[in-house]
Amino acid sequence: MSDYKLEDETSSVDTFDTKKQQNSNIKGYVDTRMQPSAGLKSIIADKLQQNMNIQSTAESQAQPKEMKDFVGGKWQHEINVRDFIQNNYTPYEGDASFLSDPTDATKKLWNKCLDLFNEEREKGGVLDMDTSIVSTITSHDAGYIEKDLEQIVGLQTDKPLKRALQPFGGIRMAQSACNLYGYLVDSSVTEIFTKYRKTHNQGVFDVYTPEMKTARHAAIITGLPDAYGRGRIIGDYRRVALYGIDRLIEDKIAQMTSLEGDMTAEKIQLREEITEQINALNEMKEMAKLYGYDISKPAQNAKEAVQWLYFGYLAVIKEQNGAAMSIGRTSTFLDIFIERDLQNGVITESEAQELVDHFIMKLRLVKFARTPEYNELFSGDPVWVTESIGGMGLDGRTLVTKNSFRYLHTLENLGTSPEPNLTVLWSRDLPRSFKEYAAKISIATSSIQYENDEIMRSVHGDDYAIACCVSSMVVGKEMQFFGARANLAKCLLYAINGGIDERLKTQVGPKYEPVTSEYLNYDEVISKYEKMMEWLAGLYVNTLNCIHYMHDKYYYEKAQMALYDRDVKRYFATGIAGLSVVADSLSAIKYAKVKTIRDENGLVVDYEVEGDYPKYGNNDDRVDQIAVNVIRKFMNMIRSHHTYRNSIPTTSILTITSNVVYGKKTGNTPDGRRAGAPFAPGANPMHGRDSHGAVASLASVAKLPFSDAQDGISNTFSIIPNALGKDEIFMGDPDLQIDCGCSSCELR
Amino acid sequence: MAILGNIHSIETCGTVDGPGIRFVVFVQGCPMRCAYCHNPDTWSFDENKKMSVDEILKEYDGVKEFCAGGITVTGGEPLGQIDFVTELFKEAKKLGIHTALDTSGILFTPNSTEKFDELIKYTDLVMLDIKHINDEEHKKLTGHSNKNILEFGKYLSQNNIQMWIRHVVVPTINDKEEYLTQLGEFISTLKTVKALDVLPYHNMAISKYEKLGIDYKLKNLKPLSKEDAIKARDIILKSISKK
Repeated sequence: MSDYKLEDETSSVDTFDTKKQQNSNIKGYVDTRMQPSAGLKSIIADKLQQNMNIQSTAESQAQPKEMKDFVGGKWQHEINVRDFIQNNYTPYEGDASFLSDPTDATKKLWNKCLDLFNEEREKGGVLDMDTSIVSTITSHDAGYIEKDLEQIVGLQTDKPLKRALQPFGGIRMAQSACNLYGYLVDSSVTEIFTKYRKTHNQGVFDVYTPEMKTARHAAIITGLPDAYGRGRIIGDYRRVALYGIDRLIEDKIAQMTSLEGDMTAEKIQLREEITEQINALNEMKEMAKLYGYDISKPAQNAKEAVQWLYFGYLAVIKEQNGAAMSIGRTSTFLDIFIERDLQNGVITESEAQELVDHFIMKLRLVKFARTPEYNELFSGDPVWVTESIGGMGLDGRTLVTKNSFRYLHTLENLGTSPEPNLTVLWSRDLPRSFKEYAAKISIATSSIQYENDEIMRSVHGDDYAIACCVSSMVVGKEMQFFGARANLAKCLLYAINGGIDERLKTQVGPKYEPVTSEYLNYDEVISKYEKMMEWLAGLYVNTLNCIHYMHDKYYYEKAQMALYDRDVKRYFATGIAGLSVVADSLSAIKYAKVKTIRDENGLVVDYEVEGDYPKYGNNDDRVDQIAVNVIRKFMNMIRSHHTYRNSIPTTSILTITSNVVYGKKTGNTPDGRRAGAPFAPGANPMHGRDSHGAVASLASVAKLPFSDAQDGISNTFSIIPNALGKDEIFMGDPDLQIDCGCSSCELR
Repeated sequence: MAILGNIHSIETCGTVDGPGIRFVVFVQGCPMRCAYCHNPDTWSFDENKKMSVDEILKEYDGVKEFCAGGITVTGGEPLGQIDFVTELFKEAKKLGIHTALDTSGILFTPNSTEKFDELIKYTDLVMLDIKHINDEEHKKLTGHSNKNILEFGKYLSQNNIQMWIRHVVVPTINDKEEYLTQLGEFISTLKTVKALDVLPYHNMAISKYEKLGIDYKLKNLKPLSKEDAIKARDIILKSISKK
């Protein structure tokens, strides 16, 4: 069983999680308990390394030839990509001058892609859709952009940008996505997925309670992955390159053997899943064969390593249409293969860059068929092919390699792009030259996302990656049950109105005693609010339990999970929307006077705020602590419920775009916000209410307890360049300005 | 008894009002009525939001790691509340905080400097905003003579207080070469000037005026381009270096 255990470094660490978001983000508390001093760590690491080297010299004789010049270690005896990386990678502290321009093939190929993107735009957003072939790992024949030019091959369907038909999540969703662009799903497919093959969506609605359906309809819980793939799972695609499929199947068979004896429901489920995983691995091999490759054995060179890894990912995106299909942390892993080929004179730097460019190009072509509702919720149809780059190792060495530069360099060679979502794991200890290069690319392209490696490393070790925008997880070991959001602002209105929805004017929540006074009393509202939150937390968790049970049953991620360990650590990710509305509303009730305005039936439909009150976002504890308490309390309520598959509950405060939709569905609130007006994104203060400048605003957000919002706290922060200081020209920097280089302007 | 300041607002991420990222205190009330003023909401001395030195320093303490540049007092006209500002800076210096005063200098009294002598003991930097070098034109633009302003510059120089000179270049009003040259000549007589901050006139405050129901006198004036501001700055610098 030791084969499938978490590594020492990560298994002993608390299950804290972390996050970050597109523009900027606030991380919560760092747990430093697990961090020995850097000096001590490197001594331990050196010792370990020496032991491994001694051990591996003896064993390397027995290795197949493709592993000949890699340093051996634990990775040879168990599926352990991190160990391989640690033993073999070459940290790079130099500058970007080694990088190569795009090759002619790259330019031609990319221009072709650009033409295709244009064509797609002109056709209204979709170039072509498959309406009859249900997408599976092996459903389509090989597809190419231009075969002779492509170093790295593989498309989701037989043609670039042709969107696949993926009805396992829900047939109506697949139909709706097609209809949106004027396509019609083949009637035989519709028949199969209505009559004979149940979908995830159908499964969920079969078990939803009437209360769950009502709550969903009223949008007090919303965005639920009951009609689309949940995503947020990162297969360890590197395993395909390092081990080859056959070794991975062998490992899965051993896992099956370890699951015999008393057949509990859990064990039966896992056995079925592992069988599915083995099927997926076999299909990956078949799929690769269509492209003329045999991936049963480990990759022998850099090109194969990139190709094998991409095949793993390709299988997954053919099989799953999930919200966030991230690729993991691949650049430093691949650098090991590239570096070896460079050393051996097998490839040149230009060829290395070409491999990376072609790989990234493929990731830019990933598309899914999605519904209008999905696009509204996520503001477009992002795939979230997030790739995590850089960071520091537990032994103090940087995980930046030359290949980290090559990945960022694609933004120069191919131009700017939102996908893949290149994410730099930022540490103050990153090599200066890498920081400078990343900053340069950021300024030129605005296409890099940065997240705090310091906080995440202390939680997950040094082989984690980001799923979607902020959800961190150890690659191949941790996953998330994505759970959208509960609307805490609406919950406050329910507390005041005794469970009656302010828009629908029907009973949605439990029929608790409503507020009957003209003016709101803080203590009364708080006590009613807590009761209503208790109800919401229970309903929310149980709704998600239904969803994830059915997702596992009818839309199991067999290809992704085939690239995971046997025993997976699962996070049960909940989320909240409307935090700043709640904080300001409660503050208004406490520090100003809030008068209720009722409709003819006595339902409170509006509020009048008399006087001023402290507003969240000004570093004012009177209101900031209200926000902190709401999160703490809600998280503890979430924790008190049973979560599917013993998953670890977390929550997030990170709506980036969907805050608009949540606001639309929420009536007037006691802070003076009008019905339908957007909430602030994530943990942001309400628009215009943070009047003490950016630092005070950020300081308020930074008070939110990360330990109670482990799936992420986001703060969207944009700033006009001028507000960051003046151009050098006008800046009154003494040396720069007056002493402007020529001695004649020097003041005496 | 603690002196209270009449405060308009606080900005915790000030990047243009002195060195570093600064904690900026905008005081309420200003005797000047500069035609292009972009903070007309700070003119009135009647608005009332009182804060004590302790309250301000407490708020600074909550963000001091980020506002590491120090504290800047601007406004409004800080010298309109000189006792309060002196007290604030005195306490700030006890805590080792860098202090900067952003002022028009209009309230300087050359014949009675005791209060100013006390204030500059605790002031690391003065950002002196000279609106117009020509006294007649200065009167037209601001409603006041520039005499005391220029005297304040000399006073700071004599007392060895570092200063940055700020000058907003307004098309047709103070952008004539003659004026810019004269300004440079004046600056060259000051020995503690550490920087020259030449800003192009902009009209982004118009909406504020509309909201306050105040007539915006320069309605027909176009903003100055960055390039023209650079030209103006070069003229001033040239004139400084000639001396």
